[in-house]
Amino acid sequence: MQRCGHVHLWLLGLVSLIFLISGVTKVNGDVAHQESHPKPQSELKSNQTEHVHGSSVITGIPVVTFKWHHVETPYLIALWILVAGLGKLVIEANHHVTSVIPESALLICFGFILGGIIWGADGVQTFTLTPTVFFFYLLPQIILDAGYSMPNKLFFSNMGAILIYAVIGTCWNAASLGLSLWGCHMGGAMGDLDIGLLQYLLFGSLIAAVDPVAVIAVFEQVHVNEVLFILVFGESLLNDGVTVVLFNVFDAFVSLGGSQIDAVEIIKGIISFFVVAFGGSLVGFVFGLLISFLTRGTKNIQIIEPGFVFVLGYLSYLTAEMLSLSAILSIVFCGMCCQKYINSNMDERSVTTVRYVMKVLANGSETIIFVFLGISAIDKTIWVWNTGFILLTLLFIFIYRFIGVFFLTWILNKYRLVRVEFIDQLIMSYGGLRGAVAYGLATMLDENKIKEKNLMVCTSLIVVYFTVILQGITMKPLVNWLKVKRAAVTDITLIEKLQNKVFDHMLVAIEDVSGQIGHNYMRDKWNHFEEKWMSRILMKPSARKSRDYVFNVFHKLNLKDAMSYVAEGERRGSLEFIRNETAIINFNKKFGDDCSDVMPDIMADTSDDQGGMSSMRGDPVPSISLEMHEQTMNGMRESEDINTHHLLQQHLYKGRKQHRHRYSRSHFDTNKDENEVQEIFQRTMRSRLESFKSTKMGVAPPKAITKHPKKDHQQKMPNGKSMDKSKTNYSGDEDFEFSEGDNASGYEASGHSFPMRLTYRAGAGIENPAFMPDLDPMAPVQIPPWRAEAERDSSMVAPSQRAQVRLPRRPSDLCRLAPLSINTRSDNSFLEADVPLTPPPPPTPTPPPNYFDGSI
Amino acid sequence: MGASQTRSEHQYQDLADKTGFSFEQIKNLYQRFQQLSGNEETISRENLDGIPALANNPIRKQIIGAFFDKRNQHQDEVGTCDVIGFEQFLMVMSHFRPPNLKTTDEEKEAMRKEKLRFLFNMHDSDNDGTITLAEYRKVVEELLSKSGDIEQETAKAIADAAMLEVASINVPTMGPEDFYEGITFEHFEEILKGLEMESRMNIRFLDVNTTTMRCGKSQS
Repeated sequence: MQRCGHVHLWLLGLVSLIFLISGVTKVNGDVAHQESHPKPQSELKSNQTEHVHGSSVITGIPVVTFKWHHVETPYLIALWILVAGLGKLVIEANHHVTSVIPESALLICFGFILGGIIWGADGVQTFTLTPTVFFFYLLPQIILDAGYSMPNKLFFSNMGAILIYAVIGTCWNAASLGLSLWGCHMGGAMGDLDIGLLQYLLFGSLIAAVDPVAVIAVFEQVHVNEVLFILVFGESLLNDGVTVVLFNVFDAFVSLGGSQIDAVEIIKGIISFFVVAFGGSLVGFVFGLLISFLTRGTKNIQIIEPGFVFVLGYLSYLTAEMLSLSAILSIVFCGMCCQKYINSNMDERSVTTVRYVMKVLANGSETIIFVFLGISAIDKTIWVWNTGFILLTLLFIFIYRFIGVFFLTWILNKYRLVRVEFIDQLIMSYGGLRGAVAYGLATMLDENKIKEKNLMVCTSLIVVYFTVILQGITMKPLVNWLKVKRAAVTDITLIEKLQNKVFDHMLVAIEDVSGQIGHNYMRDKWNHFEEKWMSRILMKPSARKSRDYVFNVFHKLNLKDAMSYVAEGERRGSLEFIRNETAIINFNKKFGDDCSDVMPDIMADTSDDQGGMSSMRGDPVPSISLEMHEQTMNGMRESEDINTHHLLQQHLYKGRKQHRHRYSRSHFDTNKDENEVQEIFQRTMRSRLESFKSTKMGVAPPKAITKHPKKDHQQKMPNGKSMDKSKTNYSGDEDFEFSEGDNASGYEASGHSFPMRLTYRAGAGIENPAFMPDLDPMAPVQIPPWRAEAERDSSMVAPSQRAQVRLPRRPSDLCRLAPLSINTRSDNSFLEADVPLTPPPPPTPTPPPNYFDGSI
Repeated sequence: MGASQTRSEHQYQDLADKTGFSFEQIKNLYQRFQQLSGNEETISRENLDGIPALANNPIRKQIIGAFFDKRNQHQDEVGTCDVIGFEQFLMVMSHFRPPNLKTTDEEKEAMRKEKLRFLFNMHDSDNDGTITLAEYRKVVEELLSKSGDIEQETAKAIADAAMLEVASINVPTMGPEDFYEGITFEHFEEILKGLEMESRMNIRFLDVNTTTMRCGKSQS
């Protein structure tokens, strides 16, 4: 109930907002056709404002002037964007509604309400979706986003089927609908209408195409399997070429008139199809390569490099439009071509920016499109009802879509390796949603040539509502009911990626062996070409490594682990962490306090990490003097002085408090002081490791671990193969008590890690080569006194085990070492699932087999 | 083509029953076989090694190995052979046969298992029923060896990470005393559930003869 109230509040707010807008527009007379004729009006307006302005200057200097005309157009646009966004917000707040009715349908209904309000206020529909706005400002970003996030491999491996559906299917839809309507007209089903055969065909061609916006909106919420999705989605994108051609051709035919059409014109039409489709794709391809090439050299202007993607993408759309090629195809291919290269060329932050901005734009304009589709309905002028025409159109669209899909799939299935299942065909037919493109094209019709333009606009609107709302709502239940194979929602696992790679190579190899030229062969050849030439030209040399997909997944998993690791550490040891932070802060303030107490502690710490630090425990806020010279004058020994000096330099460099907040338009640098960054990293890492340890100690006290390797050894003896592998390492039954550092032993097989342990011991378990590979070698000496105790504690469990012991599940040869390693493994669940945070350090030379003997 | 005519229809029928290939496909494959073997009755590793198109394949060794692996030849034997005849060649190829219209669900399931088994055998080089880390590492290293800048160490780390992943998927409640030995076939099946083996591990074997269009092997 509370939520309902909340929603009502929102709605109220929105409604009042709309009233505000419409009220304002009304006050200002008939300047409202902001969307329909933006250009002349703004000129007019600027003239007006100038005039008004000029006259007011004479009377004196106004303190405040109300200049609505001055800002009207951009103001209204911004307000509409805001309203659409708020509408979406309200809709998405109701999960129980959106889980039943797709968002697109709700947005259209929201548009109905808004339209009703506007109409009620103005008496005319002042805002409608105009073709200019739609095709130039709303559509491109949606399609660019679709191309940019297109799963290329999936798309190209189903390219044949997609093309068949897009080209033949669309032609079939257009022709069958036009002819059937004409037939019905001739039969007298529609009464008196002034529509000829060509006009029917024109209408058929504009409404034939499955709409990408509607398809994305509906199918995104129903997670069908990826092949089905790519078939519908790919078709909706590629059929634009066909639609544009058919529309233009029939439009030209209508103006020419039936008598002028001969074979030459028809052949021209067919040729123009190829020109439009391939030309559009080519333009997109060229622009895609251009973007890729540009981002190769944007190292110094990182802050604006995401901009190139959008600007050039948009330019590719406009260029294609200018050359009267298929703009949608152009921008799709542009996005598809550049995605790989820009993702690896650009900085990671820029890539994230591109992704997000792309989504923001696409999602935003999708919202606006649907809202305006709703608003456009509430307009008396376009509503021309003709029962026969409208209902027959709906019926034919539905039926012919089914017939077309089933027939084409039947042919395709003869050639496809993996058949398109019957259920998938059903969903494909049912998913033939029409959308704003059809409406946009219908409004572009010339009223002088086509008398029944309004009927066509009205019918296409009804078709859009019918498909988006009704079919959209029923899609989900249908998918559930038919048990359509869903897309797996699981995360990509590394092993699956690896197996995929194995697959690819294996299939190519088998094709090679069997001597056939198949898909895999072609793909392999293309990959080779791509790697050899295109990557070299279009990709930064430094970016080529991360390009590998397996590596990417690996990298992502590592990042995830590191993050969960940090989160875990914070969760468990937050108190300790805070304590250390306060210590750091206080320590800067206590200037020249009594220091003689403290200094010896530092000395003890640096020279001997076993030194008694316990005195520090009593003092939660340790204090150190910064006055180095005083200290030396007090007669400290020189070596200690150097130590101290170094220590202080490491930890008390200036600038911790003077964090510079610089404003720069072109850089994001927060902190340039490498020392500082390093230390902060080091320190947080340590405290986190430490907090880890404290939780671990309870689980498996490391001391008690491996006192009797002999016993374990014997246990393993009956285990078949174990003997030969393990005996090199355990040469005797010595009662060797492993020191704390040896916890890491689980890490490298057969004693590789033994020498490493020595380093741990020397570093008192602080320095972890795997974790802090580029810290300076002095690290062990840097323990600040207030941390010393904690450090000593942490040395008990050699934090390195986090990173090092993580491969305990080493099979065969190492499992003999299990008794050594098991104890260091905690049964902490997230440890178990982890992968090593960093690639393991280079293997150290294998120690002599009887290393243990020698060491004792 | 002299040898092919000596093979009677009867023999083809036999092979077709065993492998599920059509006559045409078998004929094509037989031509290819002869082309590869230099008109011998058997084919050796060197013959397959010599295929130029294979040269760039990072896991060439594993794949050629699979042809000579007795486990992949529907016989209950283990080990490898030095040469294989046409029948064995077909047997290995039949793992990549796509399902057709008439395949029933049970048959599909069996095919899936077979394909999985093939893949598993490719990894499990010592045939002890588990893919150990060492074995897995080897495959991954080879797999990634051709992809440019991934060093061996990284490949190793990736293999390790994948192994840990398998372990955590299959033995979610692993006690501190347990040790993950390696991937068993059951685990392998489990982790590759999402891969839709039956629809992916397929090759289109042509019915019409195109093998003569491209000479895959230099006659040496």
